[in-house]
Amino acid sequence: MISRHLRHLQPHYDVLVVGSGPAGLAAAIGARETGAQRVLIVDREREAGGILLQCIHSGFGLHAFKEEITGPEYAERYLERALEADVDVLEDAFVMDVKAEGPPRDPTGNGGRPGRQRVKLMSPTVGVRVVEATSVVLAMGARERTRGAIHIPGDRPAGVLTAGLAQKMVNLHGYLPGRRIVILGSGDIGLIMARRLTLEGCEVAGVFEIMPYVNGLGRNVVQCLQDFDIPLHLSTTVVDIHGHDRVERVTVAPVDDRLEPVMDKAWDIACDTVLLSIGLIPENELSRRLGVRMDPLTNGPIVASTFETSLPGVFAAGNVVHINDLADWVSEQALLAGRSAGQFVTGGLPPDDNIRILPGDNVAQVVPHSVASERIHTVYFRVRKPIYGDTYVKLGDLHRRKVRAAVPAEMITMKVAPRLLRDFHGDALHVHAAPVEQEQAR
Amino acid sequence: MTAVERYTYLCTGCPLGCRLEVDAVEGDIIEIRGFECAKGKRYARDEHTDPRRPVSTTVAISGGALPRLPVRTADAVPKDVVPQVAVALRDVRVRAPVRRGDVVLTDVLGTGIDVIASRGMVALD
Ligand SMILES: Cc1cc2nc3c(=O)[nH]c(=O)nc-3n(C[C@H](O)[C@H](O)[C@H](O)COP(=O)(O)OP(=O)(O)OC[C@H]3O[C@@H](n4cnc5c(N)ncnc54)[C@H](O)[C@@H]3O)c2cc1C
Ligand code: SF4
Repeated sequence: MISRHLRHLQPHYDVLVVGSGPAGLAAAIGARETGAQRVLIVDREREAGGILLQCIHSGFGLHAFKEEITGPEYAERYLERALEADVDVLEDAFVMDVKAEGPPRDPTGNGGRPGRQRVKLMSPTVGVRVVEATSVVLAMGARERTRGAIHIPGDRPAGVLTAGLAQKMVNLHGYLPGRRIVILGSGDIGLIMARRLTLEGCEVAGVFEIMPYVNGLGRNVVQCLQDFDIPLHLSTTVVDIHGHDRVERVTVAPVDDRLEPVMDKAWDIACDTVLLSIGLIPENELSRRLGVRMDPLTNGPIVASTFETSLPGVFAAGNVVHINDLADWVSEQALLAGRSAGQFVTGGLPPDDNIRILPGDNVAQVVPHSVASERIHTVYFRVRKPIYGDTYVKLGDLHRRKVRAAVPAEMITMKVAPRLLRDFHGDALHVHAAPVEQEQAR
Repeated sequence: MTAVERYTYLCTGCPLGCRLEVDAVEGDIIEIRGFECAKGKRYARDEHTDPRRPVSTTVAISGGALPRLPVRTADAVPKDVVPQVAVALRDVRVRAPVRRGDVVLTDVLGTGIDVIASRGMVALD
């Protein structure tokens, strides 16, 4: 990847961005666009780009670049844009702590007075340093759920790892995690890894999903499993892992309606590796310590339409806010977050939102958590249960749009224009998703 | 009477995931069913007549910060040759520096399609 090493760390930045994935890169570009002069991105990895660097498959950029490219290409293009915009990038530096010391923001929207966020970081090149910033953008991404999250009994042999860790081993370092693989969970990373390991000559014995539907995108089911005749077992889970030093086999079983395994239908599969693809959780240790208000549904900070958190001058973007299915959505939200951070610095941040946005019927989570009636917004949400067939997604009773289906694996977006909100005088709106027939019956 | 062969495909056009059926006689499509929209019909025709996939893998690289360089086919290749493309790339070795888009293998397996670097990698001094 292109690289421009940072020589001198300044004592003060206008905007400091934590994380250099698609969120951090787009946020930094956004901050420069709206007038922040000194913008720094800090990442704990040796290279900027975030998780995209290990996602070597195509499928990125369809929205952002109108062409289908791989993760590394997507990251490199954004990094080039950021460097062209004179953003500083400090790699191999871990942000240990962020403290907000800014004065409360003037509710009329005139940020501007240098709030102070103190960012403590540690790196082999600069040691432990505290850097001040007027505004901070949190863009730490997400980590994968591990075995602890699902309580599989059985032995604790080597060979059980997350699909993302396997992706990093194979794609960045060229090691195979094993030879005969079982994948637990049907998230996209697991599906992508089923194909990747097959192409590397491994045998993938099957993908096991406890729910009656797939957790990943349909395209990945076709191109990663069907193309290679890899079996997908829905409503089936791994109930036991056996082996002394190394995994030797797993026991799998179908589950009943209450997701309890039906043990008399269980069977064993020989394998040396189990990959877990059971979801991501936003990486929010820093945010929690910083004291921003969190949403228990997204596991991320509560954000306004500007992507400002509950602390003035502290913004958040990307998987740290909520788990996105496409990096393209991450870039879109982060650009906005970064522009807002820049506006905070120059004093142009728009006034506070006046309408809260809440999840309604069959909606699991919504971002942002509020909107302002005089601006255009995009609301991002996920459904709780899949609906196959014509579905209305609705914003209160003000607006509805028809989609052909709504599944938890795919984030749904809805544009909200000022004309919809002009005559709304309440203080909260719910987002709903319901089958069209059900609506007609009402 | 010539026999009608029936093929099924899962549409990837949207999350509805329609099960598409194609009837063909001696390779010629005579009917497509199961789609809910025009996109699905087009997808079934393409999947039946000329299914193609992009291929991504890594190749060995020396002199850079990492031992592997991610690469991809510049365009999608016929679906049947996907595994052979991956195998053909196992023996390829390159040296840093590499720039994104550099060709690492031309005309892979006679498909007329090149394999290109998905990222740049500077040479370590
Ligand atoms: C394993 C995995 C595979 C994925 N595969 C796909 C895919 O195939 N297709 C797709 O569209 N999406 C995929 N995604 C999701 C997609 O990559 C994300 O939507 C996107 O990368 C999120 O961008 P981000 O910038 O929010 O986070 P990330 O890309 O995760 O970037 C976060 C960055 O923050 C840094 N960081 C975190 N904490 C600190 C700290 N304290 N100090 C310094 N730096 C820190 C991290 O090192 C990292 O570089 C995947 C996600 C994961 C986790
Ligand atoms: S045919 Fe149309 S509606 Fe059905 S899955 Fe394909 S794109 Fe969706």
